[in-house]
Amino acid sequence: MSAELLRRNASDWGAYALLPLIALATLPAMSFSTWLTLTVAGFAMGMMLFLMAAGLTLIFGLMQVFTFAHGAFITLGAYLAVSVLGALAGWSNADSWALNLAALAAALLAALMASGAAGYVFERVIIRRVYGAPLRQILITVGGLIIAEQLVVAVWGANPLPLPKPAAFRGSFILAGAAIETYRLIAVALGLVVYAALHLLLNRTRVGLLVRAGVENLEMVEALGYRIRRLFIGVFVTGTALAGLGGVMWALYQELVTRSIGSEMTILIFIILIIGGLGSIGGCFTAAILVGLVTNYVGFLAPKLALGSTIVLMMAVLLWRPRGLFPVGAE
Amino acid sequence: MSDGAALLELAGVHTHIGRYHILHGVDLAVRRGRLTMLLGRNGAGKTTTLRTIMGLWRPSAGEISFDGAAIGALATPDIARLGIAYVPESMGIFAQLTVRENLLLATGPQGFDEARLEEVLALFPALRQKWHSAAGSLSGGQKQMLAISRAIIEPRRLLIVDEPTKGLAPAVIQQLIDAFLRLKSTETTILLVEQNFHMARSVGDDVAVMDDGRIVHAGAMADLAADEALQQHLLGLSLASHQ
Repeated sequence: MSAELLRRNASDWGAYALLPLIALATLPAMSFSTWLTLTVAGFAMGMMLFLMAAGLTLIFGLMQVFTFAHGAFITLGAYLAVSVLGALAGWSNADSWALNLAALAAALLAALMASGAAGYVFERVIIRRVYGAPLRQILITVGGLIIAEQLVVAVWGANPLPLPKPAAFRGSFILAGAAIETYRLIAVALGLVVYAALHLLLNRTRVGLLVRAGVENLEMVEALGYRIRRLFIGVFVTGTALAGLGGVMWALYQELVTRSIGSEMTILIFIILIIGGLGSIGGCFTAAILVGLVTNYVGFLAPKLALGSTIVLMMAVLLWRPRGLFPVGAE
Repeated sequence: MSDGAALLELAGVHTHIGRYHILHGVDLAVRRGRLTMLLGRNGAGKTTTLRTIMGLWRPSAGEISFDGAAIGALATPDIARLGIAYVPESMGIFAQLTVRENLLLATGPQGFDEARLEEVLALFPALRQKWHSAAGSLSGGQKQMLAISRAIIEPRRLLIVDEPTKGLAPAVIQQLIDAFLRLKSTETTILLVEQNFHMARSVGDDVAVMDDGRIVHAGAMADLAADEALQQHLLGLSLASHQ
């Protein structure tokens, strides 16, 4: 193993150690039960952020597309949750874990498929016209976001809609003296499943190999005979489908759905992508949990600083590692 | 087949990059089963010629044909699928992928042909020890070996390589020379851009010399190697000084 690789691995370990270091550093400032509650809440929030951001990091990393319309797919997922869980209110409110889970699964599946389909149309109609033109990408995707929000109003109305969680996920339980919300564990479980699936897809399949290579050097992938545009479509559809999935989970967490539920997340998602390193799924996963933890810890310890804490975190990480925690591809 | 007919032909090819006119009517023939050297000073247009052949830059005028079919308007992946492998000057290694993954990307859906893989690894045994290492951890010479291995891991009809010896130690350059000589013995058609004239003379069958975006000389490598005055005239130095 070369000295260069050793140095690289050593610096990666620094990035890996950041999560436990921050978690442990806050422990002396609060009781253990409070710390455990905040840590689980932070992890859960991080997993939902990861679901919303994972697709966008691949879209950025592979396609170099600056899309501000990602929030529209989160919003679509959130509203589909309202419709599906509304239609399955009998299952959602039943005193049965199985029926509650089935209702949630139906909402997730509907959001996954509809957001993915909408992403396909968006790529074919809008994105493919602006490859390689960052300014036009920003303008046209901001326009797409505005149009999507108006379409949501046309279909679901302008008023915020309540979205109660399925019955079994409403309560909390006590663990080591800490109150843990059941729904947060569901969010953590789903986040871990999606992360594992993406990890396997990227590291154990030919398509994943192509995506990882494409993030590093698109031109060379094309010179090897691969038609990269097809890969772009697949990545964009996957990214938007995951945004829809994240939208369902975030909406259920908030229990209230507004037309701006997605666009409100955009800045936070960008912060996560920058902290993690554009194009890195592992980086996105770590950064999302980091943001979730910091938001919760600072929200408890210094509520007035909560809003700016993620920006400060991003600045600190960039001062340390200017291309994010786990940079991918050429500088 | 080594019938001496041109596999790749460029006729009057012009290329613009932005507002810069780089190629000014390149005429070049790469004959089947032969190794053609493309020589010239820095900035002569050699890399632009290779990138134009691969469709990475579009020719603004002229014809590029491969095995008799026009390819000037094809997209890069379609050109590659004709059986043309390209090793860029930067090598195009995927640093975060392993050696195995870099090579696997260049194979068909069926993956490695074990016999072919053994042949390639026999050319560059160092890659076998680094099989599961990240390509970014390889030395410069090993990266070049990986880039060339990736280009030949499947049988190709034409291999295009841009300055493979750049920045490499003499021992590694000798290894590359040996590899190209073995490739030549399999009658692989090769177009090779090189600044190292010792390598050019060692492996080249044919030679084309570029200057200011044009081919200013084409002929047999042996003739250029034997004519110091011509070397001085075309390249500003002689092969004898680059042993």
